[in-house]
Amino acid sequence: MIVAILDVVVAGLLLGGIYALISVGLSLQYGVARVFNVAHGEFMMLGALSTWSLNQAFGMNPIIAMAICGPVAFAIGYVLHRTLFKRLRRVSPSIGAFEGSSMLASFGLLFIIQNVANLIWGTQTKAYTFMAYPVSIFGALFAANRLVTLAFAVAFGIVFYLFLVRTRLGKAIRAAAQDPSTAALMGVNINQVLALCFGFGALMAGLGGLLVSMSYPMQTTMGLEYTIITIIVVALGGMGSIPGSFIGGFLLGLIGSIVTKIEPGLSLAAYYVLFMLLLWIKPTGIMGK
Amino acid sequence: MKARITRKSLYSWGSAVLLVLLLALLPLYGAVYTMILVTSIIMYAALTVSWVVFSGPTGQVSLAPAAFMGIGIYTAASLGKFLPLPLVILVAAAGSLCLALLVGALTLRLKGLYFSIFTFGLVLLLRQLVLWYEVRFTHTRGRFVVVIDNTTIFYVMLAIFVVLLITAYLLRQSKYGAALEAIGEDEEAAAHSGVNVTAVKTITFGVSALFMGATGAIMATKWTYIDPYIAFDPFFSFMPVLMAVFGGMATFFGPILGAAVFGLLEELLLTQFPFYYMLMFGIILVVAITYLPNGLTGLVMKWRKGGRTANHANS
Amino acid sequence: MRILEGKKLTKFFGGLAAVSEVDFDVDQGEIVGLIGPNGAGKTTLFNLISGAIIPDSGALEFKGERLTGLKAHRVCRAGVARTFQSVRIFPNMSVLGNASLGGVFGTKTGMSSAAAATAAEELLDFVGLAGASSVRAGDLTLAHQKRLEVARALATQPEVMLLDELIAGLNLTEAGQVMDLITRIRDRGITILMIEHVMKAIMSICNRIIVLHHGEKIAEGSPAEITSNETVIKIYLGK
Repeated sequence: MIVAILDVVVAGLLLGGIYALISVGLSLQYGVARVFNVAHGEFMMLGALSTWSLNQAFGMNPIIAMAICGPVAFAIGYVLHRTLFKRLRRVSPSIGAFEGSSMLASFGLLFIIQNVANLIWGTQTKAYTFMAYPVSIFGALFAANRLVTLAFAVAFGIVFYLFLVRTRLGKAIRAAAQDPSTAALMGVNINQVLALCFGFGALMAGLGGLLVSMSYPMQTTMGLEYTIITIIVVALGGMGSIPGSFIGGFLLGLIGSIVTKIEPGLSLAAYYVLFMLLLWIKPTGIMGK
Repeated sequence: MKARITRKSLYSWGSAVLLVLLLALLPLYGAVYTMILVTSIIMYAALTVSWVVFSGPTGQVSLAPAAFMGIGIYTAASLGKFLPLPLVILVAAAGSLCLALLVGALTLRLKGLYFSIFTFGLVLLLRQLVLWYEVRFTHTRGRFVVVIDNTTIFYVMLAIFVVLLITAYLLRQSKYGAALEAIGEDEEAAAHSGVNVTAVKTITFGVSALFMGATGAIMATKWTYIDPYIAFDPFFSFMPVLMAVFGGMATFFGPILGAAVFGLLEELLLTQFPFYYMLMFGIILVVAITYLPNGLTGLVMKWRKGGRTANHANS
Repeated sequence: MRILEGKKLTKFFGGLAAVSEVDFDVDQGEIVGLIGPNGAGKTTLFNLISGAIIPDSGALEFKGERLTGLKAHRVCRAGVARTFQSVRIFPNMSVLGNASLGGVFGTKTGMSSAAAATAAEELLDFVGLAGASSVRAGDLTLAHQKRLEVARALATQPEVMLLDELIAGLNLTEAGQVMDLITRIRDRGITILMIEHVMKAIMSICNRIIVLHHGEKIAEGSPAEITSNETVIKIYLGK
């Protein structure tokens, strides 16, 4: 009995770790840069499939691949913001209009990125193996690669938290998240900070994809479902609250694990019901403002 | 805001009727290939105009067309063997309407972004639900669709589109059209002027969905075999948005223009560069959003007015 | 006869009480002024009455019927109309379209578009916008937009009107015209509750004045009583 519960809980945490990481990324992009990036999952997909390519071509270990995928994802996100979203921000008459048009623009990006991915990798499912041996915790068996995934997800979360709290840039980001205009008046280079946040968001997505690739198969269409789940997590945790998204990710992972245990195939439906309940009861999310 | 009979409106009405007549006679003088292509364009036009009926005036971006289209497709696939075509279409339309009213009641009163998010996920949710149902209960994956001849498809699609245009026009001219416009300009002020905002938005959203469901039902025969992944395809949420943004949302002509352009473009690209068309459409959407905020028709109207565009009063 | 009444109205935003235990009543035919320093809770009170927000506690009654918790469109149809501090007309609609909308949707039983348009024409004349029917509302001057908002609210056939800073931002001539308009509205049988900062206007046209400060009602009375009230003087001068 204990083993069964532990089974579900740990599985939930493993899943939740990934959700948490990617959700923090989206929270940065929406909470600070106000871009509702529906192409977020596509960055994740790119991270996953690039890792696969590196593994196939050079036999590279995914942990080492982080050093490549991370910065590249960050760079793509950063450049995207400085070119596309900065311009959209300039021509939008209001924040509301910007949120709408940037969402639509990211919708366009979704199709661009997926198509490019199809051209590079094709539509077949891909996988590689990495640390696929089982590890026993209190009698329950878990794949080592998933535990490594969880460890890294938590590690990234902690590192990022420290970055936000301890460094000057981190504080600038938090200021910009609270009140961009005031932050700008205080000498924060807003354009820079927003682009950096968007870049960090892409970084999290890319790394999240890399972590997923360690244990799960992947295809070019995998992104969309993660995007939806991430959006629900961000709404659950409070739009724009970074710690909220982190916790919310784990929460949703747990719920998903429980639902899968009872009725496999309905996890997304369960997230949706939760989302609907949330919209009814507390539209600002658990830790929302 | 009643329409007055002017020479200009007689002219546009006259050309519209003429166009419909020409189209109605297409199967008699056109090649089968042309008819199929035009059917596809009318399908896109129907989806786009339906989308504009709601999202145009309110400014709330619905990403749900694929969900309602999918309901239509699946209804046709499931019931096509048992019910005559007109009934299938009615059931599909009714199903979409019910779902839209439910979604509307739940999400329309909240901030616009939540609505977009919810509709965005609706497609995936329905996909997963139908898949789960099939795996769990019917133990099949997907179904075969009853085949209908191309001429019938063409006429039914045209008929649906004409009914849609008439409905959309009447809606816009009615007091609900004024209410919708007011809601789009300032929702709270509209509410304080007596407009039941939630009701108006929900019903309009429902009407919009109804036609998308009907479109899905008749177009289902485009694919002989469908499964949840084919029926609930985010592509059909993407295309109406793209066409409306590109063509312009202020009039009904804009979406139709967008549909025509992209229907033809899709046909061209599918034959020449089948692996690049999503890429190109994505790029066009991004460019259109950034440089053509009022779409192509907005651009044309700007040129005609000599560069002056309407500005919102700053409040 | 008491037409509008509020009992112990309270509204919190976060931890701050924007409106705290406010009692007020308005008799039919009165023009009641609502004054107080910025942030006193005046517009919040209006929002509570008009249904834009729901009170955390307290009750509202209109002609003896419960008003608390009703949605904005129902409050409007019941007979309570308002204007906004930041003028909120529909900029891309015509002047006539703006005014008619109130008539079509905001009256107790609703009106046809044609009837509403006819009624709106009369109202536009009443507020001094005759001849501007087909002008795009966003192209009007601020002063004219304010009048349009009044016309739109009047179109809903209200018995009570909440006017939020109608006179602020106008020059002397315009202000005089608006003060005259307000009294003419009252002469049509409509009770008025108005927020205003322009003291001259308040003192000259209001029968009674209610003073709010930090969300609480601190004084109430005739203009003469209020101008000699020590607490009020301290708040306005000692700040």
